[in-house]
Amino acid sequence: MDFLRPASWGEALAAKAAHPTAVPIAGGTDVMVEINFDHRRPEYLLDLNRIGDLREWEVGEESVRLGASVPYTQIMENLRAELPGLALASHTVASPQIRNRGGVGGNLGTASPAGDAHPALLAAGAEVEVESAARGTRLIPIDDFYTGVKRNALQPDELIRAVHVAKADGPQQYSKVGTRNAMVIAVCAFGLALHPATRTVRTGIGSAAPTPIRAKAAEEFLDAALDEGGFWDNGKIITPSVAKQFAELCSAACNPIDDVRGTASYRRHAVGVMARRTLTWTWESYRGTRRTSEGAA
Amino acid sequence: MRVNFTVNGRPQEADDVWEGESLLYVLRERLGLPGSKNACEQGECGSCTVRLDGVPVCSCLVAAGQVEGREVVTVEGLADHAKQRAEGGCANGACGTSLDEAKAWQAKGTDSQTGEGTELSPIQQAFIDAGAVQCGFCTPGLLVAADEMLERTPNPTDADIREALSGNLCRCTGYEKIMDAVRLAAARQSEGV
Repeated sequence: MDFLRPASWGEALAAKAAHPTAVPIAGGTDVMVEINFDHRRPEYLLDLNRIGDLREWEVGEESVRLGASVPYTQIMENLRAELPGLALASHTVASPQIRNRGGVGGNLGTASPAGDAHPALLAAGAEVEVESAARGTRLIPIDDFYTGVKRNALQPDELIRAVHVAKADGPQQYSKVGTRNAMVIAVCAFGLALHPATRTVRTGIGSAAPTPIRAKAAEEFLDAALDEGGFWDNGKIITPSVAKQFAELCSAACNPIDDVRGTASYRRHAVGVMARRTLTWTWESYRGTRRTSEGAA
Repeated sequence: MRVNFTVNGRPQEADDVWEGESLLYVLRERLGLPGSKNACEQGECGSCTVRLDGVPVCSCLVAAGQVEGREVVTVEGLADHAKQRAEGGCANGACGTSLDEAKAWQAKGTDSQTGEGTELSPIQQAFIDAGAVQCGFCTPGLLVAADEMLERTPNPTDADIREALSGNLCRCTGYEKIMDAVRLAAARQSEGV
C-alpha cells in the first residue's frame, strides 16, 4: 500500500489521475473501518487532510458551497440558518468524535443508502462539484448522483471538491429512526424542505431503497394540494387527509429490504410516519413565520 | 513509512509504520502508550478517543500518515494538559509529557487511596472520587472526551454531558457514576478548587 499525501488540490487531482484506483481518505470514518477489518486493501490511500480548501465553505446568494471535508460539527455550529435540514442531519451522525472528522464529501463518496446527509441534500436541492485533472470541473445534480448501492456518478479520475446546497427559503426538517440517539446507522431517515419561493416541497428518503431517493409522486401530490387549497397564501393547517395521502405516497416511494436493522414493512411504515410528522413540523413553522411577517406589515 | 508528530506536547517519531495503520496502533504498539484502548476498531465505542489538534477523535479511524506534523494528546498526557490549561499555557517551554513518563504513567495505588500522591487532572480525580471506574476499559476515552467538554463548556448541563459522552460506551453500564464524576469536575472547576 502507498500513502499519497498531496499538499494541494491540484496535486490531489494529479495523483488521482495517475492512480485511478487510489482510495481518497478524509475523515477516515468509513475507509479506516474497512481497512481495520481487512475488508479492503487499496493499492493507494490518497490523504486529503492537508488540503485546507476542502474544509472551507462560502455562503453565496443562492447556495452554500460546502467543502467536501467540512466536518459535521462545523455544519451544525455554523450553517444552521442557511442549511437547517443538513444541520439537523449532521447532528444525528454517530457521535461527537465522528462528527469532528466526517464530512459530506465522504457521505457522497461512500454513497451508502444509509448516509445521514443524503435525505437533507435531496430535500434542499444540491449539486455535487467534482473535478478531474483531465476534464476540469463539473456539477452533478444530486438527483443524478446516486447510481446504485454504494455507487455514485464519479469517474475513476474524479474527486469530490464541494457540494453546492441551495440556501433554505423555508422551513426544513429531518427525522431518523434508530434504536438510540447516538451511534446509530439509520433504520430509515426522512428529510423535508418547504420551498415557499417556488411553492414546492422536496423530500429525501434514506435507508429505504437501494439509493437515497426522493418521493417524487408525493411531492407532486402535495404541491398540487397546497396550490389548490391556497395553503401557501391562507396559511391554514394542512388538512389531515392531505397529510395522510402525502405520507402514504412517501411510503409507496420506498423500495426497502429486510435486514438486521429493520424489516421492509417497518421501514415503509416508519417513512410514512416521519413524512407526516416532518410535514406538520415544517408547515407549523411556515405558518408561524407567515404570521410574524404579516404582523410586521 | 516514518511518521513525525507531537504526542502530549513532545515531538515523536514512529518508524516502520504500515500505510494502512491507525493512529491507535501507532500509539499503542509503536510508541508504547497503551492508555488509549482498542475495542471496536470502527468508531462505535470511543475507547480510543484522543485529541487531534485539540479535537476529540477516534484514533482507530485516523490513518497514521494523516497525523504527520500534527498534535495528539492521549490520556497519558491529560494531567499535564489540564495543568497547562489551568496555568494559562506553557510558561517555561518545557511542558508536555515525555514518552518515558507517559509510558510509566499510572494512578498509583489499587485501593481506596488510588490517585493519592499522583498528579491527576481534575477529571481523573473526579472519576476516582465519584466511583466512576468499574472495569476501566472505557475510562481513558471518557476522560479525554469529558476533559475536552469541560474546556469548551465550563458549566455543562446534563444534556451537554450526555451529548459530549454519547460516543463513549461503558459496557459495565456505570453511566450514572460517570455523570456524577463529570458534574463533580465541573463544580470543582467553577469553584476554582
